Amino acid sequence: MIYLDYNATTPLADSVLEAMIPYLAEQFGNPSSYYQLGRAARAAVEQARQTAAAAVGAQAGEIVFTSGGTESDNLALRGVLGARGDRCRHLIVSAVEHHAVLRTAQALQRDGIAVTYVPVGATGQVDPDDVRRALRPDTALVSIMAANNETGVLQPLAAISAITRAAGVPLHTDAVQAVGKVPVAVDAWGVDLLTCTAHKIYGPKGAGLLYVRPGTPLVPVLTGGHQEQGLRGGTENVAGIVGLGAALQEAAVHLPDEASRLQALHDRLERGLEKLDGVVIHGAAAPRIANTTYASFAGIDGESVILHLDLRGICAATGSACTTADPEPSHVLLAMGVEPRLAQGAVRFSLGRDTSAAAIDEVLAALAEIVPRLRRVSSTT
Amino acid sequence: MNWKDRLAGRVEELLRQRIRARQARQAAATAGTDPMSGQMQPPRPMSGPVLYYTETLIDHFANPRHVGEMAPDEADGYAVIGDPSCGDQMKLWIRVQDGRIADIRFRSFGCPGAIATSSMATELACGKTVEEALALTDDDVIAALGGIPENKRHCSLLGINALHAAIRDYLAKAAANALAAGERAPESR
Repeated sequence: MIYLDYNATTPLADSVLEAMIPYLAEQFGNPSSYYQLGRAARAAVEQARQTAAAAVGAQAGEIVFTSGGTESDNLALRGVLGARGDRCRHLIVSAVEHHAVLRTAQALQRDGIAVTYVPVGATGQVDPDDVRRALRPDTALVSIMAANNETGVLQPLAAISAITRAAGVPLHTDAVQAVGKVPVAVDAWGVDLLTCTAHKIYGPKGAGLLYVRPGTPLVPVLTGGHQEQGLRGGTENVAGIVGLGAALQEAAVHLPDEASRLQALHDRLERGLEKLDGVVIHGAAAPRIANTTYASFAGIDGESVILHLDLRGICAATGSACTTADPEPSHVLLAMGVEPRLAQGAVRFSLGRDTSAAAIDEVLAALAEIVPRLRRVSSTT
Repeated sequence: MNWKDRLAGRVEELLRQRIRARQARQAAATAGTDPMSGQMQPPRPMSGPVLYYTETLIDHFANPRHVGEMAPDEADGYAVIGDPSCGDQMKLWIRVQDGRIADIRFRSFGCPGAIATSSMATELACGKTVEEALALTDDDVIAALGGIPENKRHCSLLGINALHAAIRDYLAKAAANALAAGERAPESR
């Protein structure tokens, strides 16, 4: 099997699993308990909090552990809008956000919040001036992702935060796809809230965090116990939190070497793809994370390509498969102005720690056979 | 052994397995072979948020029947139809001899569901009389494929709609020809 879908999820690293084992077995204490067993669990959670904070350039007290990216995004959007109350009922998000932000914004819209969707250019990047123009006196929050999950395109966060800071509006970023792939520092980006999840960086599923800059207005979405400074009720997922800490630490250690190794493999893949006729690589004109290639094959449907790849043991993804409920192609590509039929042909290859040059060559050889084969069937070629 | 030791034992065994597998992969990479490679089992037929296709459907997708085109003087009926909601498109040609579909060709832009249902529609129609082919439905196509995920049902209409449109094109042309020849039009239904 060749796995090229690391943006979907990653395998658990051995060292992360090892770090988690005690907290799945004998160290079962509740971190809120008074006695030694509970204190041991508390110590593990707080150790992970320090590690996680250091990994994003923050202080331990600024980290709220959650169940993952979707919960962190919900907490950021609903938490800030809830805290700002009746005077600030306007939200700005980009048109290419992950559904965890986009659908949450739509749900808030149904509850009476005004939402502005900032467009992206053909490169996939937001123009910071568009954020400036979208700001209103009652804007409560701006949410712009760090790296896009489909295209890998990085957003100009520092330029955007200069604008939001001047306006006194908090800025949230979903950095789920950026962490572990580019250096992440909340002060360099100037963000007030940042979403991160463990399972995209060789950690466990079901563990994530929200960084919250001190002074950012926020109310909990999950009310309950006093955990996480009252911002997220519920007994801590101790093993998951320990795994998140270990994964973040390891990601920081591997980043310099891994980024250049992946960049070389990524270039090898894209040079190979360009040799096939009628291939468009989306977002190629913008800065991107080093592991993501999002390509369309003219005249071919993306799901048809990935099923052929699947039959050869190769795992890749489409932006969105056409289904009765949702026949539209990727909202990210449509926002970039890509013609719908070309958008329907998009296939995402995302590389990771176990990707080898031999695997890239095998995928290119498979595509050289699959693409002409599908074009012979196609009515548009 | 109590549960803690059993779990710790299981996890340790898992770690050992992973380390062995990694060593094997590294050894294989040096030797130029990969023990992880090989054919995957096709997905099992069921429906859900992930798309599971039957083996018959995957076969018709991977090896579609009757792919191709006909020249205008070869085809007795032709249709091009599309599903504007998802961009799927199908072109279909038929040649009719003695009231039967003697030959059929199609080309299709679309997802695996669209390609496979188009292929099966042509397979079911080939050799049938025009009336029998007109009576085919998308349910017949789905049944012949052994089922289709619920959220892909709309794809199954593409093939059958193109088939019916091409037959109607043939019938209209036949009626026009008959009229021009001063004869009675053939029974169209």
